[in-house]
Amino acid sequence: MSGKTVHIGCGAGFAGDRWDAAVPIVATLAGRDGPRYLIYETLAERTLALAQQAKLADPTAGYSPYLERILRPVLGDAKAAGIRVVSNFGAANPTAGAAKILEMAREDGIDGLKVAVVEGDDLTAVMGESDIRSHTAVEGLEMPEGRMVAANVYLGARAIAEALALGADVVVVGRCADPALALGPLIHEHGWSMDDLDRIAAGTMCGHLLECGAQVTGGYFADPGYKDVPDFGHVGFPIAEVETDGTVTITKADRTGGLVNHRTVKEQLLYEMHDPANYLTPDVVLDITGVSIEEVGKDRVRIVGAKGKQRPPTLKATVSFEGGWLGEGEITYAGPNARRRAELAIEALRIRVRDLGTNWPLRFDLIGTVSTFDGDGGDLRAANNWDTDGEFRVRMATKGPDRQMAQWIADEVLSLYCSGPAGGGGVRHRVVPQITTASILVDRAKISATARLVGESV
Amino acid sequence: MAGQESATGRRVIRVPLHEVAHGRTGDKGNRVNISLIPYHDDAFPYLREQVTEAAVEEHFAAKGARAVTRYELPTFPAFNFVIDDVLEGGVNGALNLDTHGKSFAFHLLAMEVDMPEDLVLHPEKGVR
Repeated sequence: MSGKTVHIGCGAGFAGDRWDAAVPIVATLAGRDGPRYLIYETLAERTLALAQQAKLADPTAGYSPYLERILRPVLGDAKAAGIRVVSNFGAANPTAGAAKILEMAREDGIDGLKVAVVEGDDLTAVMGESDIRSHTAVEGLEMPEGRMVAANVYLGARAIAEALALGADVVVVGRCADPALALGPLIHEHGWSMDDLDRIAAGTMCGHLLECGAQVTGGYFADPGYKDVPDFGHVGFPIAEVETDGTVTITKADRTGGLVNHRTVKEQLLYEMHDPANYLTPDVVLDITGVSIEEVGKDRVRIVGAKGKQRPPTLKATVSFEGGWLGEGEITYAGPNARRRAELAIEALRIRVRDLGTNWPLRFDLIGTVSTFDGDGGDLRAANNWDTDGEFRVRMATKGPDRQMAQWIADEVLSLYCSGPAGGGGVRHRVVPQITTASILVDRAKISATARLVGESV
Repeated sequence: MAGQESATGRRVIRVPLHEVAHGRTGDKGNRVNISLIPYHDDAFPYLREQVTEAAVEEHFAAKGARAVTRYELPTFPAFNFVIDDVLEGGVNGALNLDTHGKSFAFHLLAMEVDMPEDLVLHPEKGVR
């Protein structure tokens, strides 16, 4: 096995991430030698359910609505420099996403771009709804009521590596484990066996560090006076350098802000992790308790010592359901006696909603006292004395099965303009459909992930 | 213990955890995890003694926290707290504003602890 370094940059940590983050990544990687990759993670749990609904309405839709905005600025430069792209921006319809990328390549005069898809994450293709519903939900939530709209398995890295072996410049995936976006290229380049558990663990840890984009380079980290981040408005996105032996070095794009140090790495390493000795992924059970984290240069941190245990016999799947309607409304009271006017507004809203004849749950926040740390019951707010003067924003939220009722309840906040306490302003109110999800564990033998070359731009 | 001297002769003060450590929340379903990473490695044993599973559960009682598991990483050093049933249903249509619990790390960092002042970033912020 030759000793080579694989460079992997991450251009998005979630669907709504900065659209131009990949530009400095591609500029940096274009100046480097060896195998280079750009990954984007764009698929939150409910994003996929929304994509599934879009696909039902239009068979050419259902891939990430951000695909064009994040990929187009770098597609030509990436192809010219030999930087290959791997992303789950295929969402519910990787084939349509691949077609869109080929169309972009043609329009932009990018010749010879090969695009592949990874398929097999759609659980409904191999399992009926009653079978899916017969599984026990995990992670502390029940299987919800409501119409099922999507069920997708988190695929592992193997099919991504296979797509790269087919020669793809861009690999379009739907639901996969986020770290697999990096592990797939590492398996392909380093020739790691899936049974080489410590190497698979190192690649998984690398993917975990990259998958949230700037969260490892100073994003979601800055705390002025405590954890200061230079040139914060231009936080650079991460690049990992991974050796054949599994040594991972995290750095970031050149000529960007942000920072990489042992603290940014530790915060991200533990992000969304439960037992650090047993982080379950489709490819390995990762143990990070023995890793060593060393600053080896400016904005360069080396991480070694990830351990792997045999991968679990099951794969996690997210099942999404229509979840009724959320109604929300907010109004601000400011100046002398503002808190008491805000509390009077809450009192009036309770009466008005009761008079609508519903028993929908209501939550009230009084923003400016304590809200996000308080429960639906408002116990923390009630337990403290707050200033009467200042600025306070009343928020009311409700949910239920009926769009009309959600609207009528939210409208009661709007009515406060003329009929509420003195001086209320800045009403915002809205009604939005909800998607609820549950996670289940399914037998891995029922799932088969496949890679397929879709086409080449000419 | 605050205001007194520790066994090693260092003055001990009472401060929010924010003066001693940093952390980040992650969510899965109706659970969150919160990392707690001290600025000084030597703070680790003091945190182990005071930021217990029971103390964290009590601190998040208003949110309905039902069970807390603390994982220790002495070589980082860091802790990882997993808090069950704290999201009022989580992103699945909870009525609260921060359905992911993203802000909760800073609720944990508001918890007060007794700490030798040389392990505290801003000793002048001691609360007593």
